[in-house]
Amino acid sequence: MDPLTWTGGLGAFLNPALAITAALCGIVLVVQTGLRMGSAAVTLQSNPDGTLQGRGGVLGALDTALIYLVWALVALLLAYIVVPLVMPYGSAGILGEITRRLLPVWIALVATFALSIRFKRRLGLYGKLFDSTVGMIGFVLVMFWVYVAAFVGVFDMIVTHDYLSQVSGLKNALPGVMVPDGTQGVIPHYLLGGDNLARDIFSRVMAGSVFVIAIAPLATIFAFMVGITLGLPAGYYGGKFDTALSFAANLILAFPVILLFYLLVTPEIVQTGIPSYMAAFLFAFPLIFIGVLINTRYYTQPAKRNAIILPVLGILGWLYLSAINASGTVIDFLPAWADLFDISVLVVFVSVVFVNAPTVFRIVRGLTLDLRTRDYVAAAQTRGEGAWYIMLWEILPNARGPLIVDFCLRIGYTTILLGTLGFFGLGLSSESPDWGTTINEGRKLLLIYIHPALPPAMALLSLVLGLNLLADGLREESLKD
Amino acid sequence: MVSFILRRLGIMVLTALCLTFIVFWLTNLFPNLEKLAKTQGNFRMSDEAVLTYLGNNGYLQPLPVKYGQWLGVLPGYVIAGTDGEMRARCAAGGQDIADAARFCGILQGNWGYSTVFRDDAGSIIATRLGLTGKLMFWVMLLMVPGALIIGVMAGMNEGSRTDRSLSTVSILSTATPEYVSGVVFIAVFGTATFGMQWFKGTATAAMDDANFENFFLPVLTIALYGMGYIARMTRASMTEVMTAQYIRTARLKGVAFSQIVLRHALRNALIAPFTVIMLQFPFLLNGVVIVETLFNYKGFGWTLVQAASNNDIELLLGVSIVSVFVVLTTQLISDIGYVFLNPRIRIA
Repeated sequence: MDPLTWTGGLGAFLNPALAITAALCGIVLVVQTGLRMGSAAVTLQSNPDGTLQGRGGVLGALDTALIYLVWALVALLLAYIVVPLVMPYGSAGILGEITRRLLPVWIALVATFALSIRFKRRLGLYGKLFDSTVGMIGFVLVMFWVYVAAFVGVFDMIVTHDYLSQVSGLKNALPGVMVPDGTQGVIPHYLLGGDNLARDIFSRVMAGSVFVIAIAPLATIFAFMVGITLGLPAGYYGGKFDTALSFAANLILAFPVILLFYLLVTPEIVQTGIPSYMAAFLFAFPLIFIGVLINTRYYTQPAKRNAIILPVLGILGWLYLSAINASGTVIDFLPAWADLFDISVLVVFVSVVFVNAPTVFRIVRGLTLDLRTRDYVAAAQTRGEGAWYIMLWEILPNARGPLIVDFCLRIGYTTILLGTLGFFGLGLSSESPDWGTTINEGRKLLLIYIHPALPPAMALLSLVLGLNLLADGLREESLKD
Repeated sequence: MVSFILRRLGIMVLTALCLTFIVFWLTNLFPNLEKLAKTQGNFRMSDEAVLTYLGNNGYLQPLPVKYGQWLGVLPGYVIAGTDGEMRARCAAGGQDIADAARFCGILQGNWGYSTVFRDDAGSIIATRLGLTGKLMFWVMLLMVPGALIIGVMAGMNEGSRTDRSLSTVSILSTATPEYVSGVVFIAVFGTATFGMQWFKGTATAAMDDANFENFFLPVLTIALYGMGYIARMTRASMTEVMTAQYIRTARLKGVAFSQIVLRHALRNALIAPFTVIMLQFPFLLNGVVIVETLFNYKGFGWTLVQAASNNDIELLLGVSIVSVFVVLTTQLISDIGYVFLNPRIRIA
């Protein structure tokens, strides 16, 4: 077998076709913009007989042409994904092999979309997302990485080589290079080449998604729990409590993030146990939040409340203790059998939650300040509801719109923060396949070899872009109500 | 207004004190001091030697005392070392202890001594800040007009194709952190792979002699990340203004569209972005750290990384003071500016 080219036999027809379509698109766009400068912005024309007509003339024709051209472009891009699936191994080049490896992801994506669009009227805000093009594009990008992470992390599919094993002779090898006999993984090529330690870049990028997809949403949820639990009373009660908390939040926000990371995520600080104490503090908030949430809902029916709250808090408490308990650190009191898991990246997790929580606090506080003057809050107060019931069951549900949008944006920002940590080599081992670390490894030789740094950079970019587009789509759709 | 500014200044000072105390506490934790002693002496120092070194140099005093000395409200230490030598905080560089000042902290203008660069921390920060100032000047020059133009163009016709494409561009730019865009720019424009080697991939030469070739990529990298956010805020404020009554009146009077945008809408639409631009400074500071590391431009951000990774206590404290000052001052300016720009807001 030979080294793979980028598009193989597939490119003979598709590459020129794509180039021509894209060029035509560009020409039409330029001509149209030029023509529109001199003409009125008319989209509909009324005819003398009282009917309406779409924009006619040259501009109208160009409009129609542009729509057809864009569809042709989309169809060609889809062909790059679909056609290689039926071609023999190696004949469709690197791109073809990558789409073939990603087959489970494509199937899952198509299934998700088919089901969601079929039932979108019954799915609430999620269903409405499929009315907005921007939102859908964002959703595709996000779900692509979610499925990649799921298939890599759970089923060990997609990756072609072990992401840690080094193959001699493939140091900084170019994309599509042949792997010597005897060291082959699933396929006999390094699809995206080898990195500075002769490891398969494609497998590393795919494996890196597991880290981000597992940590970023979870850390964001924790930050939200902290922010909501503190922000609601700060906004609702105001006064000294609010002043103190706001001052603390502004204090954390005045730190440059990178300085804070350098101060919190060094082996010396880990040795002192500060991250463990911070974890014990921050991880308690979800417990408090869920406990208060259940209690305020069912406190009039003590029997039912106890039946719900005890098992829930029992399980969560155990999870909490296992999360903060790790052998060899300052918090190490659980017997080994009771310690369900150790979080190897606890420091990273804690510092990311710590950086995000004050911003969430400020948002929740602001929303609460606004919502507490509403009539339904006054009504609840008149009914004699408790303060926490009003905060959690009257104010919070009404603040959900902006909070959901911010949640999406914040996952993206957390992804960026995780990448920043990796980029400065903080808290993560240098072998870790996460994108920040791989970008950092790749950038050192960037002026000589560009192929190790670009794939993780593009992966990170596409995920964050997807989350931002998703947030934009959600905002648009939630404003329509 | 005056009492408002005074109160804000008071909060600023309090914040700066709290912040520097936190940094001081974290950098003075024992494992950090141990690392410092070993980098200053040698890496195979015994535990006793570490303690002796720390004791002789005043690191083992109680934390509030050390903080007070650094701040300049307590007299600097004079310690008779175990080796028989007298050391005083205020008598650095072979000065006679009898002649040395009693107080030498930040209040007396003494920024301390950098253990990494073996130089006065104040002068290091001043030089590095100058270099970063040069970078920031060009970033602002590129970012602010670019963002405002994009935002105004997108916001003046909400929902048009220009709006949608420009909004997508600004989302794309906010979704691209500096370490991604920087890597992509270096790969595309700094190497010969794509046949577009128009710029230099490092900015080290730009410290002395900045020109378009070696300085454009770092400036662009920082500017892009902030540009999208400001552009989106400008767009939001512009679309809001464009639906206002006085714009409709102007339209009905028959004022030309370009006149409506330039004379009636623009000034009102620029109030909100002003605040946003000022509040972008803390984020720009992050960008500066990443970009200076990536392009090897030895400015303020690069110094922060060096000081933090080597636990250079006094330099790190100096760096924190400067960055906190920048963050809080920009917040203050943004609040005051908002009041000046928007006559509907009054602060008692």
